[in-house]
Amino acid sequence: MDKNEKKQPQDEPKNNSRRRFFLTAGWSGLTALSLGSTAIFARFFFPRVLFEPPARVKIGKPSEFLPGTVDTRFKDNNGVWIVRDEGDRIFAIKSICTHLGCTPNWIESRNKFKCPCHGSGFLRNGLNVEGPAPRPLDRYKITLADDGQILVNKSIVYRSVAGKDPDEFYPQSILKV
Amino acid sequence: MIKELFDKFRQTQVGKSIFRRSYTDTQKEKMQAIHGNVFLHLHPINIRRGALKLGFTWGMGGITFLLFLILTISGILLMFYYHPNTRDAFWDMKDLEFTVPFGMFLRNIHRWSAHLMVITAMLHMFRVFMTGSYKHPRQFNWCIGVMLLLLTLLLSFTGYLLPWDQLGFWAITVGTNMARATPLLGHEGPFGPELGMTAYNDIRFALLGGSEVGSNALLRGYIWHCIFLPIVASVLIIVHFWRVRRDGGISGQG
Repeated sequence: MDKNEKKQPQDEPKNNSRRRFFLTAGWSGLTALSLGSTAIFARFFFPRVLFEPPARVKIGKPSEFLPGTVDTRFKDNNGVWIVRDEGDRIFAIKSICTHLGCTPNWIESRNKFKCPCHGSGFLRNGLNVEGPAPRPLDRYKITLADDGQILVNKSIVYRSVAGKDPDEFYPQSILKV
Repeated sequence: MIKELFDKFRQTQVGKSIFRRSYTDTQKEKMQAIHGNVFLHLHPINIRRGALKLGFTWGMGGITFLLFLILTISGILLMFYYHPNTRDAFWDMKDLEFTVPFGMFLRNIHRWSAHLMVITAMLHMFRVFMTGSYKHPRQFNWCIGVMLLLLTLLLSFTGYLLPWDQLGFWAITVGTNMARATPLLGHEGPFGPELGMTAYNDIRFALLGGSEVGSNALLRGYIWHCIFLPIVASVLIIVHFWRVRRDGGISGQG
């Protein structure tokens, strides 16, 4: 005990600023290194290039879509239905159920979209009418390209709102031809 | 004859280095045998009588660990016949069922052990709760246990995708769709869009490696399932067992 008390003042350097400097530098270096590598690893998980179907799809001339039809040709590869009303209005419905993300089917005989997972049903304009789906089907932006074909831009989604008719809520989702 | 040969072998330098002590039936020798072996030293040298009662512990922690070992071994074997890409995965799973020798057996061992491990981990947790074994000084180990339960569920979830069948595909689709609604980090969650989250930069995107469940998602599920999560689980299992011993052994009656 006595020995230690005598020894301690000798162990402690008179001026320990250098030791403190190295401690601070060492720990800040380690902290910076671990924070930096964490950031690098986090960024690593977000790929720059995707090998997914393109977000912008040309689907053909408006004349190919007859009035009063729901076109299911683009569902498998592009996840979109092209709907034309009795007149000249065309819109693109995203084929993902707003309940839990399954793919509904267009049932021609019953004139509605039905989801096989939990039985949600949607009218031809996307309005939800039965089952657990909380809101109408979403729509994609649809325009006429320079070459006269219809261009579906899947990077722009008109997200539907519960209880609102998508035709009235998103007039810009409708292409008049 | 065999015993003589064995005794002779034990006198050699190799024999001495492998069998380092005599195995006479004394308390000291028994204790040293357990203590001096890396695998056996997981066991305590001696335990309280009450801790041996099956009705008290149900042996659920041990069973969960046994299932983890079975899953590790059968999982490594499954990896020999499985290619984690969207072209081969489903057919490799079918090959395992119909052409690989004992493949169906192996796959079912892995599948049923996985289901059971979730159940036994929960029963173990239930037992620990009902016997009050989460209390002082075992709070730290309870938290390790909660993490291990979470890892068990994550292992179960990532393994779900790997057969690349309709069941797994849609389970992961629905499961990762929930990640869209993550607060701040999901593009459909509270304050997500305000922070600039889209389908191409949110937490779901990082989980799937894309905006949809595709080949990147399958590969990520495979790597999380076969490499990363088992390593983390193994480390936590080591800590878990170590803490059981340091906190006074398996709890028992009195």
